Amino acid sequence: MNNSAKTVFGFWVYIMTDCVLFASLFATFAVLHNNTYGGESARELFSLPFVLAETLILLTSSFTCGLAMLAAHRGDKVKVINWFAVTFCLGIAFLSMEMIEFTKLVHEGNSWTRSGFLTSFFTLVGTHGLHIATGLLWTVVLLVQVMRRGLTPSTVKRLTLLSLFWHFLDIVWIFIFTIVYLMGATSV
Amino acid sequence: MLGKLGLDAFHHDIIVLGGVMTMLLASLGIIALLTYTKRWKWLYKNWLTSLDPKKIGVMYIIIGLVMLLRGVADTLLLRAQQATSVGDSTGILTSDHFQQIFSAHGTIMIFFVAMGLMFGLINLIVPLQIGARDVAFPFLNSISFWLFAAGMALVNLSLIVGEFSAAGWLAYPPLSGLQYSPGVGVDYWIWSLQIAGVGSLLSGINFFVTILKMRAPGMTLMKMPMFVWSVLCSMIMVIFAFPILTATLAMLSLDRTIGTHFFTSDFGGNPMMYINLIWAWGHPEVYILVLPAFGIFSEIVATFSRKRLFGYASMVWALGAISFLSFIVWLHHFFTMGAGADVNAFFGIMTGVIAIPTGVKIFNWLFTMFRGRIKFATPMLWFLGFVVIFTIGGLAGVLMSVPAIDFQVHNSLFLVAHFHMMIVGGVLFGYFAGITYWFPKIFGFALNERLGKYAFWSWIIGFTTAFTPLYILGLMGATRRLDHYDKSLGWQGLFAVAGVGVLIILLGIGFQILQFVVSIWQRNKNLDSTGDPWNGRTLEWSTVSPAPFYNFAVTPHVTDRDQFWADKQAKTTAAKPHYEDIGMPKNTGMGIVIAGFAFIFGFAVIWHIIWLIPLALFGIIASVIIRSTDDETEYTITAAELAKLDSAHKGQPA
Repeated sequence: MNNSAKTVFGFWVYIMTDCVLFASLFATFAVLHNNTYGGESARELFSLPFVLAETLILLTSSFTCGLAMLAAHRGDKVKVINWFAVTFCLGIAFLSMEMIEFTKLVHEGNSWTRSGFLTSFFTLVGTHGLHIATGLLWTVVLLVQVMRRGLTPSTVKRLTLLSLFWHFLDIVWIFIFTIVYLMGATSV
Repeated sequence: MLGKLGLDAFHHDIIVLGGVMTMLLASLGIIALLTYTKRWKWLYKNWLTSLDPKKIGVMYIIIGLVMLLRGVADTLLLRAQQATSVGDSTGILTSDHFQQIFSAHGTIMIFFVAMGLMFGLINLIVPLQIGARDVAFPFLNSISFWLFAAGMALVNLSLIVGEFSAAGWLAYPPLSGLQYSPGVGVDYWIWSLQIAGVGSLLSGINFFVTILKMRAPGMTLMKMPMFVWSVLCSMIMVIFAFPILTATLAMLSLDRTIGTHFFTSDFGGNPMMYINLIWAWGHPEVYILVLPAFGIFSEIVATFSRKRLFGYASMVWALGAISFLSFIVWLHHFFTMGAGADVNAFFGIMTGVIAIPTGVKIFNWLFTMFRGRIKFATPMLWFLGFVVIFTIGGLAGVLMSVPAIDFQVHNSLFLVAHFHMMIVGGVLFGYFAGITYWFPKIFGFALNERLGKYAFWSWIIGFTTAFTPLYILGLMGATRRLDHYDKSLGWQGLFAVAGVGVLIILLGIGFQILQFVVSIWQRNKNLDSTGDPWNGRTLEWSTVSPAPFYNFAVTPHVTDRDQFWADKQAKTTAAKPHYEDIGMPKNTGMGIVIAGFAFIFGFAVIWHIIWLIPLALFGIIASVIIRSTDDETEYTITAAELAKLDSAHKGQPA
């Protein structure tokens, strides 16, 4: 068993544990999402076009991340750096939009202290945001490594893990988009 | 500057002060001894920075055993309080102190004794049993251990600086919320568990991958030793259950620090959700602990009956069934929540069903003994004690799985007696047996049998004396966590008997300490020169004792379930070994650094030392990045060097 395959397998298992973590937060959101304690509900708070834009940005970043990995397996260092740089910028854009949404909610008096619903909303979406931030930091570290050392087996292995992580966050976001925002906006 | 931390955090009453002094004196004694014998460098180079799973395992077990002493000291206080606090007398402890002690007792026994001994034995034995040289991710293993140690340090620090949680070992809200527990006790509880829990989760991933990907050639899943199977099932449960703990503790912490409303009684929070979440982790957790003990017993009963394990395949399926069922029974911890008859019926039936695979295992062990040539060595005695106690405790459990009965005994001492029979009789006896059984493999000499037997008999007599009265008291209506009761109830006699039982257990622990001391003192008497002191069956006995850091000079090939036994029966003369270059991980102190920052992070959050939080977080991230850029983490032992080492171990000329 070579080391690289073992690490990738281990990382898959880690992703499964992260999946369970998010499942716990989703379950919490499912329990608390109607507990607005007299405050505004999802339908009144969220702007779907704004979140749709966020979603499309993150989906695109997953695509560019995929392109970067194709380049990595071809050994094309310049393209790897470029596509990961694009992925990074899209990630920053996504995170900024999320921050804008959060700031707006807090300014309107709808912070996590307002109700059980908002508590679970901020925690679920914020945990995803925290993962995105981690992924962005990781991207910077790996880009520096690739620039310095080139595409060695160990840097390619690390890029593979990062891309797995990034795609996973994309999938989690699809669930957040559907369950928190779409179902929230259509609920009565 | 220091958040909530002030001088009043160091005010203690006389009993706590006694504990603090004991702890400080013991630490000072160890420091003095290390300095006097000039062992600091040796300790750091050979142990603390080691990535050898056997050394990490020994460190886990040392912490586990030391914490066992702490947990038992708590027991003595609890028993003394309950035996004396009757009528006009209020006993030796204040209510608040009593609550802190039972919370600390449960937390320490589960997280730092049981988990510590479990991961210790897994580290020691799993790589050896699967014919591997190492775990899948040696550095991650070191981080796991040090995170566990950091959590342990936080729990014990709470004794000196501030206070511990008084909200029970699972800290149910709203009691554990800010309103009713405004102090730092619950925060200590949260962060020591959070940090140790992340360590356990990483270990779970590590050993799952190790078992699936690093087995010796030829060892198919159905040829794995039963201990490895039990660990595999246990680690799968860790992978599924521990993220729930991480999320739940994080939510409780958010409620207490930034004013969220997950589990508050107002603002649309839901305290029952906490209880569901914590048991969705907590129920699998007790099976995580007991399955490896089942595995240990399976090894021991086969070895000391000198027969192959009866019903291997059914043992594997039983482990799988128990693992699966453990995730769909969590509600039986709170039938009284009011979920309704249908929900309670489902969870009640599922709970009862667990007795079936467990019964399969018990019968398989008994059939393994049937017509075997049984050798009553100490590990086998622990096994026999386990069968008796675990079966009685299990029957009490099945009784309580009926919701209507549970309503009567919920939160009573009947329940306390039940789960102690499972966790002490099942888990702890199993780990004691495992430590005795594998001790010679790790240290090269066996433990003193006579003192081991004294310890066993003291334990089993003391344990029965301590817990039988609790069944009766529970049925008489005594609730758990009771710090005072009326004289007219007539409970004092039974509580006194239970207290005597604990003293007998204490005698057993005394024998165990003596056993370690005497065995080390007289180690030349019990040397294991063959590598196979018990006439064992599995691969770990095929290498020399103590097992060298590379485990096997030549990777074994497996064709049989009990490979080593088969080799011995076939009497194959070993062919001249063919050595190859092997890669081993270099030692590193980064695990200590990362866990050190995690410890500081936890301390800063507990005491609201705001400026220290980002610094500690930065420290963790920076250390991880620095380590991740290091590509030179292995060194090579050439075939020639290996041949030399191997013949030196075997005592032959090279």
